[in-house]
Amino acid sequence: MGLSAFFFYVFAILSVLAGAMVILAKNPVHAVLFLILAFFNAAGLFILLGAEFLAMVLVIVYVGAVAVLFLFVVMMLDVDFAALRAGFITNAPLASLVGGIVLVELVMVLGFAYVSPEVAGVAAAPFPTAGSGISNTEALGRLIYTRYVFFFQGAGLVLLIAMIGAIVLTLRHKPGIKRQSIAVQNARTPEMAIEVVKVEPGQAIVPSGETRG
Amino acid sequence: MTALEIWWGYGWPLAIMVVQSLVLLVGLLVAIAFLLLMDRKIWAAVQMRRGPNVVGPFGLLQSFADLLKFVLKEPVIPAGAERAVFLLAPLATATFALAAWAVIPLNEDGFGRWVVSDLNVGILYILAISSLGVYGIIMGGWASNSKYPFMGSLRSAAQMISYEVSIGFVIITVLLLVGSLNMTDIVNAQRTGIGTAVGLPNTLFDWNWLVLFPMFVVFFISALAETNRPPFDLPEAESELVAGYMVEYGSTPYLLYMLGEYVAIVTMCALTTILFLGGWLAPIQVLPFTLVPGIIWFLLKLVFVFFLISMVKAMVPRYRYDQLMRLGWKVFLPLSLAMVVVVAGVLHYGGIAP
Repeated sequence: MGLSAFFFYVFAILSVLAGAMVILAKNPVHAVLFLILAFFNAAGLFILLGAEFLAMVLVIVYVGAVAVLFLFVVMMLDVDFAALRAGFITNAPLASLVGGIVLVELVMVLGFAYVSPEVAGVAAAPFPTAGSGISNTEALGRLIYTRYVFFFQGAGLVLLIAMIGAIVLTLRHKPGIKRQSIAVQNARTPEMAIEVVKVEPGQAIVPSGETRG
Repeated sequence: MTALEIWWGYGWPLAIMVVQSLVLLVGLLVAIAFLLLMDRKIWAAVQMRRGPNVVGPFGLLQSFADLLKFVLKEPVIPAGAERAVFLLAPLATATFALAAWAVIPLNEDGFGRWVVSDLNVGILYILAISSLGVYGIIMGGWASNSKYPFMGSLRSAAQMISYEVSIGFVIITVLLLVGSLNMTDIVNAQRTGIGTAVGLPNTLFDWNWLVLFPMFVVFFISALAETNRPPFDLPEAESELVAGYMVEYGSTPYLLYMLGEYVAIVTMCALTTILFLGGWLAPIQVLPFTLVPGIIWFLLKLVFVFFLISMVKAMVPRYRYDQLMRLGWKVFLPLSLAMVVVVAGVLHYGGIAP
């Protein structure tokens, strides 16, 4: 058995448990926190596979950014828990259908190596051996910037379009809002800001006009 | 497998690692105690006060007195708070902050590399761990079930994500120049650089701060924002949010928050030292300087960066929230992104890529 098997079972069991708690937790914030735990354990599994770059990127991107935004949104929502659970039964058939499709696809992806070993040889990327001097990061870079460069750039474009779409949907130009213009502020001189007025005794001060800045 | 083999295979390396980690953490925590005092003394000196000067000679034991005070106080958990998350939050902050030190190399000499774990993706590990620091703040702010902590945690979440982006790009420029993700390799790559290219001996002009000077400045300012230091201490802005996410905390949980915050700051100082200031390399590699052990240079540089951060706290007024977001997204992000392209282009077309 050995240590790596021990750690595999620790990470695997914890990630499955955390994944179950994501859908079982009553409080959505707790659910997101369990999701983060699941991400962590998945990163641990990646490290056991020798894919330390993927593990770190998983933590940086998903735990460090995506899950923070999840938590951000979930914390601000005023979720009615009773209404959520009432919908569980009605949505269960649809959810189980989607879950079933994903399960079948996963089995197809992971199991095809057993069905036809020659397909596995075509699809699998050459894994760097320990003594080859090629680090994990370098091996991944060689693949995604050569053989899979169009898929990689295509995925990036999809994300860019999604981002632009979100910005277009939410961007509003409200007229009549006072905004700070730092350049205008910095360009202000004492002459523009201060007006020295000679005050005659017994007379009111009349400013010569507003100077904007 | 006999018991002896198991001991030499697993037990002995584990024992070494535990001892190394303990030495590192104890040293780090003692150093933090004095850096905290230094911070307060500098702040006081700028404001022409004396600062802490009662406990011990020159107030040197002030931090330890504070530690005892916090530990001996009664921890209060508000009735409306989410108990488990409320207590988990400061623990997470302190743990994540300390965990970053596993990969920070302090020296490399005849004994080998002075680092607990010589990961070959060390810098990514640091980036990952420092991005987790935000969870302690968000969880604490939410679990307190109170308005000001919640607003503080929301600010913090947005702020830390924003500045992580520019920190990431700055690190990428350094990585392009160095060609490695390993922290020790990053320092060793700074033995040669601009200085040696024009014929000087190995000096401080070889380090990355000169060749990547704009990125050095961006990194320094982003590090302030990432660690919630003034002028970017909006999550705990005392004039707006009382104490932000820490309002409901007292006693040991508060101590853990403060500890995590200062450890994160010192981590950023160490990271600046490693990425830009040549780590443990002597500033001029001629005889009297090379006799000094590398760890001394490392600590001197770290304290120097910490001094800069302290002075910023003492001198600069707090940013407004929209100014903070503008600086992060409209100034630093385009600048650092452009520098990634420029550095990559120069390295590629100059034929000097590592």
